[in-house]
Amino acid sequence: MGRKYSRLWWRYFLAIIGFSVIPFLFVHLSLSTLFDRIYTARVTESLRTSVENRRDAIDLFLNERITQLFTVANTATFPELTDEAALGRLLGILRARSDYYTDISIIDREGNHLASAGTDHDLLKSANSRNEPWFNEVRAKGIHIGDLCTAHRTSPHATIAVMVRDKKSPLILRVSLNPKGINDLVQQAWTGTIGDAFLVNSKNRLQTVPRFGGEFLTAPTLSRSAAGSSEPVLYPDLSSTVKTRVEQLSLGGTNVFLAAAPLRNTGWVLVLKQNRDEILSPLVKGRYWMALLTALGLAVIAAGAALFTNGLINRIRETDRENAAKSDMLLQANKMIALSKMAANVAHEVNNPLASISETAGWLQDLLAADDLAASPNFAEFKDSVEKIEHHVERARKIIHNLLGFARRIEPAREDFDINNLLDETTGLLENEARYANIRIDKQYADNVPVITSDLSQIQQVVLNLLNNAIDAIGSNGTITVGSHFLEQNDTVEMWVADSGKGIPEEELDKIFEPFFTTKAVGKGTGLGLSIAHGIIEKLGGTMRVQSKAGEGTVFTITLPKN
Amino acid sequence: MEGLRVLFVDDEEDFRETIVKRLKARKIQAMGAESGIRALEIVKDNDFDVIVLDVKMPGMDGIETLRHIKQMKPEIEVIMLTGHASVEFGLKGMQLGAFDYVMKPAPLTELLDTINQAWNKKRGLH
Repeated sequence: MGRKYSRLWWRYFLAIIGFSVIPFLFVHLSLSTLFDRIYTARVTESLRTSVENRRDAIDLFLNERITQLFTVANTATFPELTDEAALGRLLGILRARSDYYTDISIIDREGNHLASAGTDHDLLKSANSRNEPWFNEVRAKGIHIGDLCTAHRTSPHATIAVMVRDKKSPLILRVSLNPKGINDLVQQAWTGTIGDAFLVNSKNRLQTVPRFGGEFLTAPTLSRSAAGSSEPVLYPDLSSTVKTRVEQLSLGGTNVFLAAAPLRNTGWVLVLKQNRDEILSPLVKGRYWMALLTALGLAVIAAGAALFTNGLINRIRETDRENAAKSDMLLQANKMIALSKMAANVAHEVNNPLASISETAGWLQDLLAADDLAASPNFAEFKDSVEKIEHHVERARKIIHNLLGFARRIEPAREDFDINNLLDETTGLLENEARYANIRIDKQYADNVPVITSDLSQIQQVVLNLLNNAIDAIGSNGTITVGSHFLEQNDTVEMWVADSGKGIPEEELDKIFEPFFTTKAVGKGTGLGLSIAHGIIEKLGGTMRVQSKAGEGTVFTITLPKN
Repeated sequence: MEGLRVLFVDDEEDFRETIVKRLKARKIQAMGAESGIRALEIVKDNDFDVIVLDVKMPGMDGIETLRHIKQMKPEIEVIMLTGHASVEFGLKGMQLGAFDYVMKPAPLTELLDTINQAWNKKRGLH
């Protein structure tokens, strides 16, 4: 029994869990994937904006320099430009507002250095630039911005050269810039704790020194410590970037976002690196919360499923128990019907010979009344014998009468009958049994009990059951009191069966009307349980209650409506 | 009860004959019939004041016999004789015009009382 319910419990529980958890997890997974994708798209977009803004700032910086140079070149006269003292003053003016210029030189169209300021003049003077690529570019385009290099100088620098359109002959104004201005701008993009940014030239050589590893003018690499690997990791070559792009890739086992944007004035490319874990940390945190909420949700579902299943199983158990009780009742009812049919048959078959015996004895009585027989010496014996026959016929007649009264009808019915008669008839069925056990049956009937309308045979069964119980409770030597009473104010009749038996312990008194409860040995009893008796009386609109005191006896009281 | 004519109909021979004897001993002109058919034959040729009819008989039962008697001679009072299990037949008989019913086995005095009442009714004496 218990295993059957426990298996059922698990089956329902798992079914509920299955049906609620699968959609739940499905929603969870699709939401988190969607969230992931949206967030990554946002991050990519923000990186793109970031790298473009930074690139624009650097472009702006370079444009400002070029504008300054053009202004200088086109406002100074030829003698001023070729005079080193005047050139030195010009450099001073430039430096006053922009502390990036290291030196300035004037070169003629043959590539010869005419004058310079702010640097080692001799070294530069000896060099002819005619064959250098930048010289040709500036002559062709009027402007040149050179990669950072250490040529002719002790520290890295960038060069900007512009054409001076002099009337006599064109000159070239060239300045070198220390990298501080550009570095400052690039370093502003070193976001977070591991964000990095640097510039590479068209040959993928570093133009600024990155935050983590990489040497000036080398291919960009990620240092061992930053990459978390045994070897420095080379960045992918982004020098050929022509349009802003953002890529997600693994760099030495670390997932990173790389954003690249080309500068407009030069062939340089600005590269931004951001660690994926760091930039997506809100997403990770969100996932953590989502997982927590999911776990919580699952716990709630499991608890709910367990509660629901408990309720369900209890209901099923209850229904099973009720059904068992019902089928038990049905079985008892069928038994009673079979029993009553048999009793009716027996009674009927016995009735006819009994009638004949009775009449024959009556005829003998008639004959004895005649005068001639009175003189017979055995007259007294005859008379006595006939009277005995009549007495025992009367006894048998009563037994049959009671038996038939009990068996007459089992189907529910409504008929008018007298409670006192019913009690008489029913006690009559058990009088012999009681007498053998030396139990006295005391009758305390009220005279004013009215005829009631109810189911006679069912009530008779209940009373019979109570009487049987009373005899069992007494065992031998005792008194059963059967009584009736009319409660005028309620229009109900009351009858009771009291015994002087052993009584019922208080803790069992509550359970006495429950199905299957018995204190009797297996196989004993009338077959009609007290629960069924109780059910019958309730169905007829009455009540049945019990009072008992251990050692003193038990009283069952039945109340029935008059109609 | 002199002059009272009674027909007693019952299939149980010993019972019937004994009753008839006892009625005769009480100066009643009593006759017996062992079946409904036989009873109808007798009723056709004889007049009775009261007929006592057992409800349970093989062949034609008491109710059927009662119907025929009441058609034939409605003035005759009929008393139904029932077992305890067939009281409803007694009641049904009364609905069909029987005077009363008596449950058997009953003491003869009870039967005589009822017969007497029926006779009184027939004579318009009640």
